Amino acid sequence: MIKVLFFARLRQQLGMGELRLEDFSGTVRSLCAVLCEKYPQWREHLDDDAIRVAVNQELADSDAAVAAGDEVAFFPPVTGG
Amino acid sequence: MDRIDVREAPLDVAAEYAAVQQANTADGACAMFVGSVRDFNAGSAVGGLALEHYPGMTEKSLRAIVADARGRWPLGRVNLVHRVGPMQVNDEIVFVGVTSPHRQAAFAACQYIMDRLKTEAPFWKRETVRRACGAEEERWVEARASDQAELEKWG
Repeated sequence: MIKVLFFARLRQQLGMGELRLEDFSGTVRSLCAVLCEKYPQWREHLDDDAIRVAVNQELADSDAAVAAGDEVAFFPPVTGG
Repeated sequence: MDRIDVREAPLDVAAEYAAVQQANTADGACAMFVGSVRDFNAGSAVGGLALEHYPGMTEKSLRAIVADARGRWPLGRVNLVHRVGPMQVNDEIVFVGVTSPHRQAAFAACQYIMDRLKTEAPFWKRETVRRACGAEEERWVEARASDQAELEKWG
């Protein structure tokens, strides 16, 4: 099982902050494709070059591997400081 | 010695400076940066803001940024405090204090830490804006392309 998190504007656009996915193994890109297939209305928000991804709480790119036990977070560009 | 603190409580700049300099006899230089909530952003009056973050990742990200700064400059103390949650105009959001034997390293490291934080640390601002008619609305603050450009100068 993997844990998927969404933050800030993206969380509001998707109407969900967290979900769990059974039996997934692949990359960030293929995870994104699975999510967009499951929730087609997410595609316009999730499939966007501006969206950042972290795997196990470290910034990652779309080729990063994702396997059971991982935590993957999707979020808009950060605006702290 | 690093102190990294992500918290809801207000930030006391004098206390943070005192913590940086406590029994620090080795360093002759201390550079600090304080960021606070402005009353105007992107053409609108701002009444306050709320900061969301990614609790599991925030401190980890700040620690990695400070560790990279230590790899570039000879630093003594680093104190990095960032607030989350609701804030008022003029509240301090972030404090960075860096000491070093000499000023060049302290200035550079302080700026480097902020440039990395602005583009990598998982914080998001949501501000309350006041319209001319008196109505209030909330909006997510947009990331600035200039912040990314600032980061690139460090190579």
